[in-house]
Amino acid sequence: MMSRAARGAPGGRPPGLALLTVDPIACDGRGLCAEIAPELVTLDDWGYPIVPAQPVPPRWLTHAREAVRLCPKLALKLE
Amino acid sequence: MSGNRFAGPAVPAVPAVRTGPRLLTGGFPGAPTSLHDHLARHNPLLTRLCRSSADALIEEVRLAGLTGRGGAAFPAARKLASVAAAGGRPVVVANGTEGEPASAKDKVLAATEPHLVLDGAVIAAAMVGARKAYIVVDPVVVATMEFAVAERVAARLDRVRLRVVPAADGFVAGEASAVVNWIERGVPAPRSTPPRLAERGLHGQPTLVNNIETLAQIALIARYGARWFRSAGTQAEPGTMLVTLTGAVRTEGVREIEIGRPVRDVLALAGGLSVPVSALLLGGYSGAWVRWPDVADLPFSAAGLAGVHAGPGAGLIAALPADRCPLVETAAIARYLAGESAGQCGPCLFGLGAISAELTSLAAGRPSSPDLIRRWLGQVDGRGACRHPDGAARMIRSALSVFAAEVSEHLGGWCTGPSSFPVLPFPYRRPA
Repeated sequence: MMSRAARGAPGGRPPGLALLTVDPIACDGRGLCAEIAPELVTLDDWGYPIVPAQPVPPRWLTHAREAVRLCPKLALKLE
Repeated sequence: MSGNRFAGPAVPAVPAVRTGPRLLTGGFPGAPTSLHDHLARHNPLLTRLCRSSADALIEEVRLAGLTGRGGAAFPAARKLASVAAAGGRPVVVANGTEGEPASAKDKVLAATEPHLVLDGAVIAAAMVGARKAYIVVDPVVVATMEFAVAERVAARLDRVRLRVVPAADGFVAGEASAVVNWIERGVPAPRSTPPRLAERGLHGQPTLVNNIETLAQIALIARYGARWFRSAGTQAEPGTMLVTLTGAVRTEGVREIEIGRPVRDVLALAGGLSVPVSALLLGGYSGAWVRWPDVADLPFSAAGLAGVHAGPGAGLIAALPADRCPLVETAAIARYLAGESAGQCGPCLFGLGAISAELTSLAAGRPSSPDLIRRWLGQVDGRGACRHPDGAARMIRSALSVFAAEVSEHLGGWCTGPSSFPVLPFPYRRPA
């Protein structure tokens, strides 16, 4: 239950660290995010993205932003 | 009603209900307590509150330690306070949808004590500053509720507009955001969070969604105060709660218990077990399985059941006869829960289906892989917009762990149960 990615706490995180979240209703499992940011996103057995519960490490931020920008369903968020 | 008959949450000298049942006191299904009888038992309720007295009442609910009775046990005062602080014009939704198929407590409460539920909706509306409350109840009790609302309108009792809405069918229809979606759009499917309902819910307004039993308890706290409320139950989990006792008990039905009563005593309220029992399903169909000997003498409370990885949930206790196969039951419930997915989130839609198919094979003694089931459980847990996949995963995980011996037997190709028909009750779908 801790892996509930959509429920990132906004408070208490050091500034600059962003959480990658997916809106599971909007997500259609197209899988682009896993192509663009394989370090962050894995796919489950049905092709839906599993995102890390921890904030995105700074070195992968560019990939994360790209994945958010290119998600065809606008289901990914970096916040 | 005049506003000065009730000066804040002060406690009347002698509460009308001191011991025994608090909610289910007078009426019974088919003969709900009338407004006249209701007001004779409980004094009228102040429904026009100034800001300070509304805050004092929320504080009284906090002191009472009331938690939500819909299953999640969220502190009631925190929800009230967050909606009251949201600004704008909040609305109240009294949630009696009760999608849980084996549970009947909300239907029984609405059918017997409609005015206690309406009191709760009205006083909660006053606490958060709402002028309108939607009373969402099962279609079988809509007429009772509408009659009760008409009684109150004729008596000019409330300043809050009460609208009765027939609840949608389906397991996830009772989820808070699904109820809001149902009222607003006629689609009983959960919404994404954020936004939280307390900030932007029904028609974009701050929305308080409370289970109707929670509201009925609020109506009693507003009258008799926190100290009275805490005189039942445990220190950490005060008050009473409604439970639905079903399966292998002598008299199935809804009872009111003090939280923390031993499970054995709770079942005694249903006349005890009707046949030898191997296990109980606690909380609901998305609750947890426990072995009967492990749980018989534990208190029925979150603290008491934590050690066996279970909880009171929405108050269901389903007793499984010892000669029945627990995996057959688990697979049947899993298939039911998979079918009840709103179909909005991929992992829930596909995952629960895959898991229940594999469980069905396991229960039937066909080739199957518990490891694969466990892998998939990890992939659905926490991955929906609502908690439906989490709850299904919890129930199935508990079965694989509690019935580990039966799992091995099934993998060896044999089952101890007499038939592949489940005994626990399933809902029929109301025709659309």
